[in-house]
Amino acid sequence: MARGLSLAAGGAVSASGASAPAKAGAQTVPALAGAFAALRATGPLPSQGNWQLPSSLAPTLSELFAAQPRDGGWIGFLLAQVDRAKPLLWVQERMAILESGRIHPPGLPTHNLIHVEARDARDALWAMEEGVRCAALSCVIGELWGDPRALDFTATRRLAVASERSGTPCWLVRLGGTANLSGARMRWRVGSAPSLANPLDPRAPGLPAWDAELFRARGFPPGRWSLFHEADRFHLVAGAGDRALGEVQRLSA
Amino acid sequence: MPALAIERWAKCSGYPPESPVVLTVEGTHGLLIHAVTQAAAERGARPGARLTDARALDPALVAVPADPDGDAALVRRLAKWAGRWSPLVEVDGDGLRLDASGVAHLFGGEDGLVRDVEQSFARLGLTACTAIAPTAAAAWALARFQSLSRKGERGLAEQLASLNVSALRLEPDTVRTLERLGLKTIGALIDMPRLALARRFRGGEDVVDALDRMLGRKPEPLTAAPADPPPRSALRLEEPATHVEAASQALERLIPGLVAKLEQRHLGARRLVLSGFRVDCSVAEASVATTIASRDPKHLQRLLADKAAALDPGFGFDAFALTADWTEELGAAQDSLVEEPSGERELARLVDRLTVKLGPRAVRRPCAYESHLPEQASGWVAAISSPAFAGEVARAARRRGLLPSQDPSTSFAGPPPLEIEGRKARPHRLLDRAEAIDVIYATPEGMPRRFVWRRAVHDIARVEGPERIAPEWWRQPSSARLRDYYRVEDAGGRRYWIYREGLIGDGRGGLPSWFIHGLFG
Repeated sequence: MARGLSLAAGGAVSASGASAPAKAGAQTVPALAGAFAALRATGPLPSQGNWQLPSSLAPTLSELFAAQPRDGGWIGFLLAQVDRAKPLLWVQERMAILESGRIHPPGLPTHNLIHVEARDARDALWAMEEGVRCAALSCVIGELWGDPRALDFTATRRLAVASERSGTPCWLVRLGGTANLSGARMRWRVGSAPSLANPLDPRAPGLPAWDAELFRARGFPPGRWSLFHEADRFHLVAGAGDRALGEVQRLSA
Repeated sequence: MPALAIERWAKCSGYPPESPVVLTVEGTHGLLIHAVTQAAAERGARPGARLTDARALDPALVAVPADPDGDAALVRRLAKWAGRWSPLVEVDGDGLRLDASGVAHLFGGEDGLVRDVEQSFARLGLTACTAIAPTAAAAWALARFQSLSRKGERGLAEQLASLNVSALRLEPDTVRTLERLGLKTIGALIDMPRLALARRFRGGEDVVDALDRMLGRKPEPLTAAPADPPPRSALRLEEPATHVEAASQALERLIPGLVAKLEQRHLGARRLVLSGFRVDCSVAEASVATTIASRDPKHLQRLLADKAAALDPGFGFDAFALTADWTEELGAAQDSLVEEPSGERELARLVDRLTVKLGPRAVRRPCAYESHLPEQASGWVAAISSPAFAGEVARAARRRGLLPSQDPSTSFAGPPPLEIEGRKARPHRLLDRAEAIDVIYATPEGMPRRFVWRRAVHDIARVEGPERIAPEWWRQPSSARLRDYYRVEDAGGRRYWIYREGLIGDGRGGLPSWFIHGLFG
């Protein structure tokens, strides 16, 4: 039990996977928020009862940089935000497939998707633009490797405008790229963080957690958060490892 | 085409036209003459004669080996090109057969058709003997055995009566027998009592049968006749068009006609072929396929536009045809009253556009297979051919009253994924080929502690496993080793799916090796 307390504050005091305690935990956020202010969350802390990930109201183009090219953490972060009722268009450049693998439907929350293997960035961007124009999709995800020449401000701007016009959100995922000029409305950098405790096995990985940095956004202050996703919401991770355990013990003492 | 071989040779070779050249083929007793030029014919060379005999008449003859395969290929190419006159063309030995029923009026009657065919072949520099007759056998006989001067307005039997019996396409032995009996023309044969003929010629040498086919008493259909010719709209140009946009402009004019035909027959196109007939007897084709049947002119045009623009006009197009060679039933459909297109059709169109540009192998949907091996359990099928436009299937079933009505927007899902004994942890990404890694682990079957993948060292902080996947003995060779999968998390929180292949002492190889197979999100 002490282990459950040690790793997570706020939403998942008991990261047990059972839904009822998780909901109860979610309501404890304001009470605990002050106590854990000094722990780990470096971004804005939950001021109201429900902390929410900054996300624009209207669908638009968001750019997501993987913290490391071979870190798959961003997938969990991104898929948690995707509407599963409608099909998904997932465009992967061939280089991205070679370097960090092809998407594996049994591991994804939805099988309802169309996968496009694009020869190069130009084809990938073209496929994304076609997809973004189609209002029947829930979301378009496009993975590009490195800094291709075809990806310039005009290309991203076109995607952003098309996305806003059709109402289909678009995620441009950059693996191993640099954050150069872009028309994306929100730009994230996401990497994996040590996962939460597994209630069944102390040595096993638990719920995945991510370090997400919003470094440019229209209408939001930039920030950096440690997050995990449970019961259809994002929660802040407060502290990790023994340090948090020490804090909790000190607080409870 | 009586002189195809020599004309083809004359076009391809560099000899002056007046040189006495014979084309030869290997015969049982030496070289035989296959075809001769005009000059050689004047010097006594005849097709079918032996080369030595002809050389005896004129030693200056030039002998060149014939190329029957090349000639046959040219005939096949010409057959395709002859699709400009009729949708039904058949290669028949060294000639072509066209089903001219119902097409002659497009060329100003049967005479106009014959004139057009002859002119077109003449433009190619090929001599073509053409004949139109009510039966295929009669047309064959007239084209080959009737001299041009005797063409007239007579009945079929009269026209045929004067022809030699070999025009019946019988075996040479039978022809010889008939000639010996004094039956030298078809007219003489027609006058004979049928019973007597049938009694005299039995088995393979069926004279009565040949006669019946020629006179139309017995049907002789062209093979490969489609029962229902596909919807097609055609366009002939007055002048050959050599500019690049010709095909695109023709497409614009062809599509409304085709759509009207589809509408009339309540069909939707699944595949369209745009053929451009060039003046040099070749055909350029572009085809596109669609995910669900469609007859929306805008959509079809958009699909074909790129491919049409890429057609090479060569020496110029003088005719175009747009054929919907794969169609499906499609009732009258209304999008909706407001300007909001239905999701499913939008999706199908998206798949069409992506597939046309990127190819069917690049645009795919997941498809589950019954296998325990992760790389085989999840396969992919081309989105365009997947049975999955489940919405369309469900809607068809609903029309037949099999399924209750449901929200169509969620019905794209396709077949449900295969769920084997609950949900197991599977990675979000799978490497196309598992990559070998170096792992430090507690032997013989302990947990991994550290691994090196692509020269980066990962210290394993947490690990879960093993999940053992045994080889599928009914499918794999007996030397396949089992796999123990571990879900590992390194110090930075990145999570991977690695496996150890084999056990120490399992008798299927040396030390077990480690592989990385997937990445978790």
